[in-house]
Amino acid sequence: MSHPRSAATKYGTLGDRLFAALAHGAGVLVLVLLGGIIVSLFIGGLPAFRAFGANFLINPDWDPVKQIFGAAVPIYGTLVTSVLALLMAVPIAFGIAFWLTELAPPWLRRPVGTAVELLAAVPSIIYGMWGFFLIVPFMGSYVMPPLIDAFGGIPVIGVLFQGPPFGTGIFTAALILAVMVIPFIAATMRDVFQTVPAVYKESAYGIGCTTWEVMRSIVIPYTRASVVGGIMLGLGRALGETMAVTFVIGNTNNISTSLFGAGNTIASLLALEFPESPAGSLKLSSLLALGFILFVISFIVLAISRMLLRTGAKA
Amino acid sequence: MSATLARSGPLPARPARDPAMANRLSRRRQRQNAIIKALCLLATGIGLAFLLLILATLFYLGATGMSATVFTAITKPPGSHGGLLNAIVGSLIQTGLGTVIGTPVGLLVGTYLSEYARGSLLGEAVRFVSDVLLSAPSILIGLFVYSVLVAPFGGFSGWAGAVALAVIVIPIVVRTTEDMLRLVPVALREAAVALGAPKWKSIVFICYRAALDGIATGVLLAIARIAGETAPLLFTSLGNLNWSVSLGQPMASLPVTIYQYAGSAFDDWVNLAWAGALLITLGVLALNILARVVLRPRH
Repeated sequence: MSHPRSAATKYGTLGDRLFAALAHGAGVLVLVLLGGIIVSLFIGGLPAFRAFGANFLINPDWDPVKQIFGAAVPIYGTLVTSVLALLMAVPIAFGIAFWLTELAPPWLRRPVGTAVELLAAVPSIIYGMWGFFLIVPFMGSYVMPPLIDAFGGIPVIGVLFQGPPFGTGIFTAALILAVMVIPFIAATMRDVFQTVPAVYKESAYGIGCTTWEVMRSIVIPYTRASVVGGIMLGLGRALGETMAVTFVIGNTNNISTSLFGAGNTIASLLALEFPESPAGSLKLSSLLALGFILFVISFIVLAISRMLLRTGAKA
Repeated sequence: MSATLARSGPLPARPARDPAMANRLSRRRQRQNAIIKALCLLATGIGLAFLLLILATLFYLGATGMSATVFTAITKPPGSHGGLLNAIVGSLIQTGLGTVIGTPVGLLVGTYLSEYARGSLLGEAVRFVSDVLLSAPSILIGLFVYSVLVAPFGGFSGWAGAVALAVIVIPIVVRTTEDMLRLVPVALREAAVALGAPKWKSIVFICYRAALDGIATGVLLAIARIAGETAPLLFTSLGNLNWSVSLGQPMASLPVTIYQYAGSAFDDWVNLAWAGALLITLGVLALNILARVVLRPRH
């Protein structure tokens, strides 16, 4: 009772110091986690980098018998499927975001927005199964044969539409990826479209602009950085997607010029080959090296995405 | 420009207004607007159609594989009426453990970012890295845990699976915790400090309580996310076709079992995979909807 204040302060400072230390420690732990991921993948991949050097990146062979491993095919597959997926996903995601922010009747915005978000919550293994049992047969019977018939014989673009219509392949993988990233991109775009001050839009409507003109001349210029950031976020998702792609891409170590040809991606190769790689083998090391490459690619894409979203939010 | 402004004398005659032209232009703009509106409606329709198509497939095919044995029997060889009990229990254990490990860490990091790190360089770095981890490919988190926990300690285990899932939980909880703590009014903190409460008490007993709904939402979303994760478990808990609840042994999980069964050539395994897929999707969607209901009343 004689020194209540000093007791409280003492107790308080001790508790404060402990809590602050805990919080700081947790913050540092996050940095350590990221560092750990990079370092562990790099060290694991070191034997492969040593054995193959820079050639690892451009060598298209993946031959466990001869112990020659190259990353060119999965890197190609990863980039091509992701970019194709974005080409399909971005217009649809933009349409959804535009509709949700400017066109939909207010009472529909929340339920439809939630439904789109739920699409993002469906686990990727479900997309994989759904793609494997539904989309692959559908593509094989109804989409690929007519396209191959129609375009396969045309000189230059014909190479994109050749090969047997198995239903699997790069295009199918990109399609499933597109469905998976649409909700991510749409939700980000919707959120940034909503940050545009109403006064700007009202001014444009006031001088007689149509809804589309407001979108094109006011909303998009105002949110450009964030919109690109949202698209990059979708790209980051698509690059590392594993289960859905593994089910439908055909899993062949082959660079196909045809959209319908089988291929693989870094993530799908990891999922399939890892269980068959004994610890300490060159193959395991090559897979970890592939993981390192995937991490570097995703890190760059996600870092750019964050920076764009951050500058967009500040503007 | 200044030359134009400084020019004196009569302005040049304005071109006469051409009503026909104005009309055409106006109609073209309206038409363009209508076309784009229709395309946006179509895009939304396509998005919703995919969701409905996936759900319809899951219910249709999942119902054929669903039966009481799914919940009472463990995975068995094809043709002998197996179930998914070990996978369901394994998923519950690993998801629960992953949440229990990841949530406190994520909560502390979120607190650090919101209460301690304002403007500091370390804080910026932690926030950036946490955001990158949020979207990092989950299969790489599996590889990481494999290199740190599985390879050095001689084997796949339920622990490794839970840790991999915890790594995924952390950035999700960080994001929601930080956002929600930032919404807590400064006046509440000041009131606590004015009453003589130390900072940690004002955070734990005032701010956490005020932000509880939001933090709970983040945890629910994190559970929903890891419950369906397959890739990080492939190299950590591996999967197990026998009954095992030992965390030191390889452990079954629903997503990994679905992955193994869906690619098999046996009809009863494929049916079980669909039943598992229905279970997991219903669970994940229910958690998502619950999370939205929890957050709704105050915002």
